[in-house]
Amino acid sequence: MHMADALISPAVGGTMWLATAGLIAHSSKKVTAQGDDRKVPLMGVLGAFIFAVQMINFTIPATGSSGHLGGGMILAILLGPYAAFLVMASVLFVQALFFADGGLLALGCNVVNLGFFPCFIAYPLIYRLIVHDKPKQGRIMLASVIASIIGLQLGAFGVVIETFLSGISSLSFKTFILLMQPIHLAIGIVEGIATAAVVTFVWKARPEVVMPSPSDKILDLRGILLGFAACALIFGTLLSRFSSKDPDGLEWSISKSRLYSNSYQNTSSDRVKAGDE
Amino acid sequence: MNNIGRNYFDINYMDTLSAGDSPLHRLDPRAKLITTLLFIVTVVSFDKYTLSAFLPFFLYPAALITSGKIPARYIINKVLLVCPFAILIGIFNPIIDTQILFHIGNMEVSDGWVSFFSIIIKSLLTVSAALILISLTGFNAVCEALIKLGIPRPFVIQLLFFYRYLFVLTDEAQRMDRARALRSFNTSSMKLYTFSSFIGHLLLRTLDRAERIYLAMCSRGFNGHIHMTKTIKNTWKEFSFVAVWVSLFLLFRLYNIPVLLGDLVTGVVK
Repeated sequence: MHMADALISPAVGGTMWLATAGLIAHSSKKVTAQGDDRKVPLMGVLGAFIFAVQMINFTIPATGSSGHLGGGMILAILLGPYAAFLVMASVLFVQALFFADGGLLALGCNVVNLGFFPCFIAYPLIYRLIVHDKPKQGRIMLASVIASIIGLQLGAFGVVIETFLSGISSLSFKTFILLMQPIHLAIGIVEGIATAAVVTFVWKARPEVVMPSPSDKILDLRGILLGFAACALIFGTLLSRFSSKDPDGLEWSISKSRLYSNSYQNTSSDRVKAGDE
Repeated sequence: MNNIGRNYFDINYMDTLSAGDSPLHRLDPRAKLITTLLFIVTVVSFDKYTLSAFLPFFLYPAALITSGKIPARYIINKVLLVCPFAILIGIFNPIIDTQILFHIGNMEVSDGWVSFFSIIIKSLLTVSAALILISLTGFNAVCEALIKLGIPRPFVIQLLFFYRYLFVLTDEAQRMDRARALRSFNTSSMKLYTFSSFIGHLLLRTLDRAERIYLAMCSRGFNGHIHMTKTIKNTWKEFSFVAVWVSLFLLFRLYNIPVLLGDLVTGVVK
């Protein structure tokens, strides 16, 4: 589900970069505050583990196709949200810079879609709620499946929102959302079952690894969401004011491409319609 | 991508290269990092139908490779290994494009191919710039520069560890997968049941490895900080390196040099 640069406008890409930077700073502070030296090598090696896991496919039952794990949920279960987010961000950074996998402008969007949603929404609000403080096999399985599905649904929704706000693609919001959510529901179910299978396997062998640590429970979600809103506001107003008078090089180059200018008219008229309703 | 893990940046060789000595090696890592980032941003900022304007940008990797005495073939090999990724993205892009264009309906098919090659050139340029940065500087020094530039320390240390163990673990996963394939009549993909115990075992090995690394680090006096040794300095050399390259990038970004040259030549001929 790595997004490519072609669908992202500089304003949206920049906002997501800013949000990513804020989340990295916040998570770094929290990880430092936890003061667990043991986590330092563990995070690095688990990042490498996720990278390796993404290359290994399994057969999806009853179909000819194969899937692989995204990894955000497993990381959150093993490390807690803050450390897991840092690991996921580092994996996506290296993939974008050295493997040209996922665009650089879209990197912020990818970190938010694949890192923020599973680590900061699906894990604390769904997995922890179901598993509670006493993990049992059934609960762990149920929680991993549901949390993976919801994490991926939110990620797919993020893709739709970011694409829509960018205004480069002329697919209408409704068509795109009807395209994305069902596909990612199917992928989410498969990924959720695979995640549950791996987590319960490890739970049987080394239960202490999967035990949720109490320190991760208090999650400063309000602060994070406020930060997000602030980023969007600053970037949105700054860039829209800038671009209306004097487009910078990036916007100028994009407005030069026929695709953009055409689709921009489309989406702006869509917005007017939406406003009328 | 079976062999990419082993063949792509074999870290020892990159570290050997970064230990070399040239004026470029001696530059402050921050100067090289900032220039590389600005190079990448400039290249990425071109729209998706750009081809000719990219030509002058090859000057940057070429100049650094020659004056930094990096074996050009090494960098080219590594960049070509990444090509399949770019092709994969590029191939999908025209498909998405036509889907979008279906609604607009005034775009020829050939534009899809232009954007396809544009994506490949873009990724060749950005990946080679990133690899050259590591070969000239070393990953440790790049991380030190990141910390000096204000990137949060836990994230930089995470990058450092991730990079260090990336190919140790991909190798391990590939060894396990080869063993599995040999025992199951060389099937390429596995059933969910096999997959979960496969990944589970890989995870258990990973956790054990992390524990061993942690103990090894503790016995060498680790206290949560990683100390890096390269000296950081800041002189007119660093400043002029950044200034010259950045002004060149701006020039290449604002004017399409190949087209200007072409106009000049045709003008003279007339």
